[in-house]
Amino acid sequence: MKIERMNVESFNVEGVRGDFPILDLQVSGKPLVYLDNAASSQMPQPVIDRIVCYQTREHSNIHRAVHYLSELATREYEAARVKVQHFLYAKESREIIFTRGTTEAINLVMHGYGRAFIGKGDEIILSALEHHANIVPWQMLANEKGAVLRVIPMNDAGELLIDEFESLFNAKTKFLALTHVSNALGTVNPVKGMIEFAHKHGVPVLLDGAQSAPHQVVDVQDLDCDFYAFSGHKMCGPTGIGVLYGKAKLLEKMQPYQGGGDMILSVTFEKTTYNVIPSKFEAGTPPIMAAIALGAAIDYLNGIGLANIQAYEKTLLDYATERISALQDVRIIGKAKHKAAVISFEIDGVHPHDVGTILNDEGIAIRTGHHCAQPVMQFYGVPATARASFAFYNTRQEIDKLVDGILKVQEMFS
Amino acid sequence: MSDMRQLYQEVILDHNRKPRNFGSIPGANHHAEGHNPLCGDHIKLTLNMQDDRIDAIAFEGEGCAICKASASMMTGAVKGKSAQDAEVMVDEFRGMATGTLDLDKGGNHLGKLKVFAGVKDLPSRVKCAILPWHTLHAALNSESSISTEGAADPLGDNA
Repeated sequence: MKIERMNVESFNVEGVRGDFPILDLQVSGKPLVYLDNAASSQMPQPVIDRIVCYQTREHSNIHRAVHYLSELATREYEAARVKVQHFLYAKESREIIFTRGTTEAINLVMHGYGRAFIGKGDEIILSALEHHANIVPWQMLANEKGAVLRVIPMNDAGELLIDEFESLFNAKTKFLALTHVSNALGTVNPVKGMIEFAHKHGVPVLLDGAQSAPHQVVDVQDLDCDFYAFSGHKMCGPTGIGVLYGKAKLLEKMQPYQGGGDMILSVTFEKTTYNVIPSKFEAGTPPIMAAIALGAAIDYLNGIGLANIQAYEKTLLDYATERISALQDVRIIGKAKHKAAVISFEIDGVHPHDVGTILNDEGIAIRTGHHCAQPVMQFYGVPATARASFAFYNTRQEIDKLVDGILKVQEMFS
Repeated sequence: MSDMRQLYQEVILDHNRKPRNFGSIPGANHHAEGHNPLCGDHIKLTLNMQDDRIDAIAFEGEGCAICKASASMMTGAVKGKSAQDAEVMVDEFRGMATGTLDLDKGGNHLGKLKVFAGVKDLPSRVKCAILPWHTLHAALNSESSISTEGAADPLGDNA
């Protein structure tokens, strides 16, 4: 694993902000304070430029024609795959499959692996922290096959109970689908140990990396996860592109997810021979531009350094936690010891949607709602929360503005 | 803050703090539930119709200030009205919240409910204000549950 060192004090956030044209926007007549990064991050100029360059000078369909543009587009698309491989420290580039996003990546595993290898009475373990994207596909599979979902419980801080996790395993356990970092609370799960434990029982593990890939170094070989899924648009890339990493030996024995062009070696009306991985899982024309832009986003993040990003965001989390904790009648939901830069909170007597609307009037963008994690909301007995989620281009001054905004909400509702 | 004060007027904040007709009518002969899965708003409406008039009406549930105040003020506004008159108000309220009703023209029956006119500029909040009214429409027509997910105005043409 690459070791990066930095002095957090020297993190040049103003320089970084200059890369993001959207941060100059005025909303409700005030400078935009964008704190909805867990939903989608913003795009820096080098990635925007890469998209423009591709569309102006490089675009064609890939893996098909012999002409100049097709070969160029194919080369750039495959180069992006190699960038993702190195980003995840994967062993081989053929272990990287481009998808539409994390959701499609998880559905691919459900169809390609789950439907082939999970049957009646088998058990699938999930956690109480999962996003709907890592619940619903497995529920669909369980309903179809007569399999059973088991849920790892959590404590009031929003940390999974590891003893309970271990006691869920038995001879029927066939799969573990686990979020690396909770989108609703920010909890960072101790996935390495959990994967090791699952493997002792011969159980493969899928990590939902939507909230970890943008914010920390991820080494899939070190973690030893079998599958890892993430989305481009949460890490400075465009929407419509995501990644499924899978160990080659598993991907090879899986069934294709969708049929079509590019995923075949030969087709007759009697029989189709599927292509090798990764092509087997990339039916049809993929989002070529988005994949190349994701590669540019990876270059951009690498330029700053994921370890630097993680260290700086930790300072933002600590500062925001300190300031919000000091407010009267405000409760932070999710106080795990290991957290990513996400703060879910509640203001006494004020519904999160009213909080969101009033903060919007201050130019502040936060997410309000159930965050596609209704079981987490049910656990805390709330219909919704307000959530501020930070990125490396956020500043302490923006956290001060958030706190001032919360005080305005309280004043209005007092 | 002026725009927000326009929406969060004292009367709305007051109905949010102290909702009127909160609870349920025992033995009600009409009832309906309304959900807004996107934000978790949930309204349960019970009402007693006598000789085609709304004799008693109450609501309970969870929701944002806009939704709760809208429900509270609605119950006060439609009590004693005929089903037909209440439906006219449902239409007028929907028209106001979605911006299709011109309040300046007058001739409507909204009265104090005009404090909700500001939601038409906040597309994501329109359905908060409308949910109680859809639920009333459902109760009057004995539809047991209504959901507003995915449509600002599920009774509209594009629903």
